Amino acid sequence: MEKVKKQLVVSAIENGTVIDHIPNDNVSTVVRILDLYKLDNEIFLGANLNSKKYGKKGIIKIKDKFFEDFEINKIALVASTATIIEIKDYKVYRKFEVTVPETISGIIKCFNPKCVTNMEITSTKFKIVDKKDIKLMCHYCEKITKKETLEFF
Amino acid sequence: MKNKSLISISDYSVDEIMEVLELAKEFEKNPSQRIAESKVIASLFFEPSTRTMMSFESAANRLGARVIGFNEVSSTSVSKGESLSDTIKTVSLYSDLIVIRHHIEGAARFASEVSKVPVINAGDGANQHPTQCMLDLFSILRTQNTLDNLDIVLVGDLKFGRTVHSLVKAMTNFNTTFHLVSPVELKLPSAVKMFIKNRKLKYYQYTSMEEAIKKADIVYMTRIQRERFSDPLEYERVKNSYTLSKNLLVDVKPNMKILHPLPRVNEISEDVDNTPQAYYFDQALNGVYVRQALISKILGLK
Ligand SMILES: [Zn+2]
Repeated sequence: MEKVKKQLVVSAIENGTVIDHIPNDNVSTVVRILDLYKLDNEIFLGANLNSKKYGKKGIIKIKDKFFEDFEINKIALVASTATIIEIKDYKVYRKFEVTVPETISGIIKCFNPKCVTNMEITSTKFKIVDKKDIKLMCHYCEKITKKETLEFF
Repeated sequence: MKNKSLISISDYSVDEIMEVLELAKEFEKNPSQRIAESKVIASLFFEPSTRTMMSFESAANRLGARVIGFNEVSSTSVSKGESLSDTIKTVSLYSDLIVIRHHIEGAARFASEVSKVPVINAGDGANQHPTQCMLDLFSILRTQNTLDNLDIVLVGDLKFGRTVHSLVKAMTNFNTTFHLVSPVELKLPSAVKMFIKNRKLKYYQYTSMEEAIKKADIVYMTRIQRERFSDPLEYERVKNSYTLSKNLLVDVKPNMKILHPLPRVNEISEDVDNTPQAYYFDQALNGVYVRQALISKILGLK
């Protein structure tokens, strides 16, 4: 039984990416921030899967899609435990854990409505001052955007 | 420091700050040094602040520099919808240094990124006002002959006061002990306390100032604004308990001085003005010396 389930979870795609070990509640967030609904690619979503390490976990598989660094940075901010598995010809081509970067440009809006990035310019830049709790200090207004106030462009 | 913009006090190292403060002492002895006669300084006050503008212009004039700019935007191309970026790019063609004050937070940092000449932040909304911090440091240095190992009592609105936040961060470099006096609603934010904790320094919190004042080398007073309170009765209740009057100045240390970023409303009674502890008007004058020193350093004249 265990074997069957295991097979189901990593069921083969010929080419594409598996995002594994997503915190169970954040699967839909990952889908949203990566704009996966806009793709025509086949996508498999899984949630409530058993994980030895995390209890319940989620997984996303996207056929014929490989992510850019800036997209992987986005994943790291909402699913810091995620593993990226790139598949080519049914084989694991590359496998790595996401890491929260030191700085992040674009992608995220500054939560401060009085910030210059919400008024005069649209490019944002943050220093990640707390990688565990995800706290981003705005390069411009120096206010802290927290996990709860994360908003993506 | 030549050509180095000052947007946030943390842009300058402790050594660089000390260099500016030492030079400020020279300008205090000899304020009129026309070493910047060939220079043009642009003073762009998108948000009016007559007090800060006059201090900068006084500093620039004492150095012999010419000042161009505005203290309100209604008569400028900004009022016709010109972007901040375009204004700064244009003005940086006409000047050697830009002093900017803006109500938008982060505007000064952005200006420094598009400007061809160095930029000094003269206040960007609730964010930073680094020359205020430098003149506060200078005032402490001048009155105590050191910045090290002092007991600093900060009184009033410690939550929203940007001058308090910058001063606390800057003073964590000097083994300071902090005494934080404020209403519960206006306590120092935990993000600022983190700086104190990270340096393993001591801080104590109080809701009245009597006890703290006796320990002080420096008492830094700030204004409590009515609009910070959701309950007007609460404001009426706390307002008078954070007023410093002469009768509180008993048993204070002989070297103790009172600072205030000004303007004051009622947080320091006028009967304090003639006491040996009152230093807030000297502090305002120090702003001119510090700005002279800073301008000279950035323009590479000293
Ligand atoms: Zn910001």
